[in-house]
Amino acid sequence: MAYPATYRYTKEHEWIQVDGSTGNVGITDYAQDSLGDIVFVDLPKVGDAVEAGKTFGSVESVKAVSDLFSPVSGKVTAVNESLKDKPETINTDANTTWLLKITLADAKQVDGLLTAAEYEKFLSEETGH
Amino acid sequence: MSEPTVSSPLRKTALNAVHRAAKSKMVDFGGWDMPVDCCGLVAEHIAVRTGVGVFDVSHMGDIQFRGPGSLAAVQKLCMNDASKLAVGQAQYSAMLYPNGTFVDDVVVHKLSENDYLIVINAGTREKDVQWVRQVIGGMPGVHMNDFSDYYTQLAIQGPRAAETLQKLTSTDLSAIKNYWFTWGQVCGLHNVMIARTGYTGEDGFEIYIPSDEPTSARVWGEVLAAGAEFGILACGLGARNTLRLEAGMALYGHEISDTINVFEAGLGRYAKLDKGDFVGRDALMEIQAAGGPKRKLVGLEMIERGIGRDGYPVFSLDGKRLGEITSGSPGPFLKKNIAMAYVPVEFGVLDTEVAVEIRGQRVKALVVALPFYKRARKST
Repeated sequence: MAYPATYRYTKEHEWIQVDGSTGNVGITDYAQDSLGDIVFVDLPKVGDAVEAGKTFGSVESVKAVSDLFSPVSGKVTAVNESLKDKPETINTDANTTWLLKITLADAKQVDGLLTAAEYEKFLSEETGH
Repeated sequence: MSEPTVSSPLRKTALNAVHRAAKSKMVDFGGWDMPVDCCGLVAEHIAVRTGVGVFDVSHMGDIQFRGPGSLAAVQKLCMNDASKLAVGQAQYSAMLYPNGTFVDDVVVHKLSENDYLIVINAGTREKDVQWVRQVIGGMPGVHMNDFSDYYTQLAIQGPRAAETLQKLTSTDLSAIKNYWFTWGQVCGLHNVMIARTGYTGEDGFEIYIPSDEPTSARVWGEVLAAGAEFGILACGLGARNTLRLEAGMALYGHEISDTINVFEAGLGRYAKLDKGDFVGRDALMEIQAAGGPKRKLVGLEMIERGIGRDGYPVFSLDGKRLGEITSGSPGPFLKKNIAMAYVPVEFGVLDTEVAVEIRGQRVKALVVALPFYKRARKST
């Protein structure tokens, strides 16, 4: 699956789709594929602060649990409540299934994230894929 | 997600290239490069519960004992009573240390008079073989052979396993009872050991074929083709683990180990203390005389939102640390979050509420009966 060129990525396999001072955050297709069948997502509450590079929750498959790291700092404005009942949506379409909507504390932080091309290069170096 | 660091080359089964070509996800399991996920863990798990699945379990070890002293050797090494076995019968058993804890759990097969095969775990193979040599060294009339690398072992498991395998053999599989085995022609191969055994909680068979790559790949392919009409899936160690967890079966290094004794693990019914001497017997008798174990293995079902996993601590509701989870996961067929854990016996009472600490948060769980899942047996 292609990694959308308009998104930015972390080395911990999250993506952020930025629109002005807000952004949607999700996990990458590589992350969902590595995890396998996702059964549980633990997310913060609306109004919570998230910090760049710090964990904001976790995602669990049948076989493993993986921390979620925030690409940028900001405040949570929405949480994808549908994932409580249908976490497997992430497996079906990781690119469009957002976990959080946040308002960015500092839009410049986005510049420090990986582009799609950089992320794909990182993946090939890390995993040999 | 960190990649495991590998210090020595991983060992491969004869089907390694087949798994890689099928794009199965591979992991290091006890030093073996094994598929963890072939078609999706949940799909594989459900296939085995409702249809059929096939596993490459060639990493398991096989030790054969031959000679007039073979029964005495097996009896000394293993806690169950192998003298009760008929030719063609198998039994669950375990090798113990003198203190009553586990070297490994095994399945003992009586191949003929004076000829026994014990199937051992992959991760403990070297340790087991060394232990066996140590225990039976000096015992007369027994010759031990490690045949682990000679067999490709396939597990065909699920309610449609018999129909699947029957297409590939002229041997009447319905005549093989649970935990019995025979030899027959499978996929044109002569003298294949066909055992009605498994590690999934379902009906199924394990077959032992020559471990050369072309034969292994051919039989694997023929099993998949035979099971296609039943929706057969190639299954990995991930589904193998969740299937055995639902079925309440122990895994070495988790529910059983060299720090856990037979009674704690709830496996006392397989330890035949009256059969004569065996390694670990004295310790088990002492434990029994002292009133039994202080802790026991229990089933837990999460009743609040959260998944208890291996190593997570378990607390009483008033905050006393009770023990920890040995295996925990969502149960894909039961659709419940389940775990096995050691707790003091007084907390092992059914319907006791306890708390599992999941990344700093205490989440309630209920002590439930093991196994979590028991298949409906046909009333024939």
